[in-house]
Amino acid sequence: MNSQNIMFVILAAIIILSSIATVVTKSVIRAATYLLFVLLGTAGMYFLMGYTFLGAVQTMVYAGGIIVLYVFAILLTDGAKGQDTKARIKDASWGFILALVGFLVFLFMLLKQNLFADIATLDAPQEPAKCAATSIDSIGNTLLSSGEGGHLLPFEAVSVLLLACIVAGLLIARKR
Amino acid sequence: MFNFQDITTWIHGMLTGTLGLPEWAAILTESIGVALAVITLYAVFAIFLIYMERKVCAFFQCRLGPMRVGPWGTLQVFSDVFKMLTKEIINLRQTDRFLHNMAPFLVVTASMLTFACLPWNKGAHIIDFNVGVFFFLAVSSLGVVGILLAGWSSNNKYSLIGAMRSGAQIISYELSIGMTMLTMICLTGTMSFSEICADQAVNGWNIFRGHLPAVLAFIIYLIAGNAECNRGPFDLPESESELTAGYHTEYSGMHFGYYYLAEYLNLFICAGMAATIFLGGWAPLTIAGLDGFNEVMAYIPGFVWFIGKAIFVVFLLMWLRWTFPRLRIDQILSLEWKYLVPISMFNLVLMALVVAYGLHF
Repeated sequence: MNSQNIMFVILAAIIILSSIATVVTKSVIRAATYLLFVLLGTAGMYFLMGYTFLGAVQTMVYAGGIIVLYVFAILLTDGAKGQDTKARIKDASWGFILALVGFLVFLFMLLKQNLFADIATLDAPQEPAKCAATSIDSIGNTLLSSGEGGHLLPFEAVSVLLLACIVAGLLIARKR
Repeated sequence: MFNFQDITTWIHGMLTGTLGLPEWAAILTESIGVALAVITLYAVFAIFLIYMERKVCAFFQCRLGPMRVGPWGTLQVFSDVFKMLTKEIINLRQTDRFLHNMAPFLVVTASMLTFACLPWNKGAHIIDFNVGVFFFLAVSSLGVVGILLAGWSSNNKYSLIGAMRSGAQIISYELSIGMTMLTMICLTGTMSFSEICADQAVNGWNIFRGHLPAVLAFIIYLIAGNAECNRGPFDLPESESELTAGYHTEYSGMHFGYYYLAEYLNLFICAGMAATIFLGGWAPLTIAGLDGFNEVMAYIPGFVWFIGKAIFVVFLLMWLRWTFPRLRIDQILSLEWKYLVPISMFNLVLMALVVAYGLHF
């Protein structure tokens, strides 16, 4: 048990408790707040592993972007007040089935990859400095290169998606 | 040049060697020490900035400002702080008490995380990643959630309108801040704050090195930074004439105090970032050719340079605040989306051309 493991346990407890609170709570805006803690905990995991870039992206996109969007949407609609419990129970059966399927897929992957055996045979946890070999330069070069291991095509595909989102946003917001 | 790393390695050596602590315990002790230092600095700077704001504001309005408590009113802010600490925290009926109590802590946590990114001296960086600038932008965007939650959980129309205005304003102006920082990263070629400062100590300050695009970026950064702190001509989220006090109307005691603290510290952080990225951080002023002058400047320690530059930028921002009248929300948003964003995009391309053709100094 070293300090790395202690931090992992603390972060894992935060993530698990907040995720349970997210689905259990009755108020939509509280659910969004607990979700913020889940996402921040995940960012903390990335920082713990030494992936500072991924951690910063997680904080910026999910915690700073998506949660703000959620909170804005909840404040602008009447979701902040309306708690229609009947609708919640009606939706819950579908949600339960989906969650079960997701859990089974997760379990299948976990057992197929023999992760438990790997963890048992792993002698010492790796130093964070060794994992943090990816620099911002290599990320940028890989993202924008079209050669082997380059990700230019998905990058451009995502930009087309974003353009479509902007056009759709303008279409909805335009004056009629 | 005084290097703070000598002190930190000496402390680490003393904890592990003389006291015989294991590595993790030594790091834990150091982390707690650093956290205490950050919180103390945070409070000290807040007190100083509030006093400075009141004095600067008074001089701009041809008044004297606080004069009664202590010589030149220097003890006024301390007595205000004690008043704030002893005030009752009032719980409201019909509100989400959990969110209402948590919102100020979210704002102050985001502010402290960004505060820890500032480079104080050579070797005195608290948070220093290879993606430092990106991390700074990421954690500074967390405060918006706190403001929105504060507005909603107060169960008050004024608070909600103030929070919505503030949210829209901060999210919009973050774009310009990100774009100007990207412009300067393009010049320095690194995102880590320590490397940005070390680079400027050798090659000269970025604002001189990058000439035209850097000056343009500096001006855009000052405007956007002022808006990001909800200050100056952009203070309509808490415009007292129409919204009483905006999103923190319903807060009392120290919960209001946290918003107040975060507001002033965000001003200092904004100024400190401008000092780091444009004015060289802890790097002294050097003029090529004047070796004697450079020698003398290098004797002044880095933290004096950094704090001096940051306070100079703070003065610029206060000057702006007490000079211009307040804008309307549509004017604020059209200034950002129709003028600042296109200009900063153009500026980014200009800087890329300058760097690509080697036109900088």
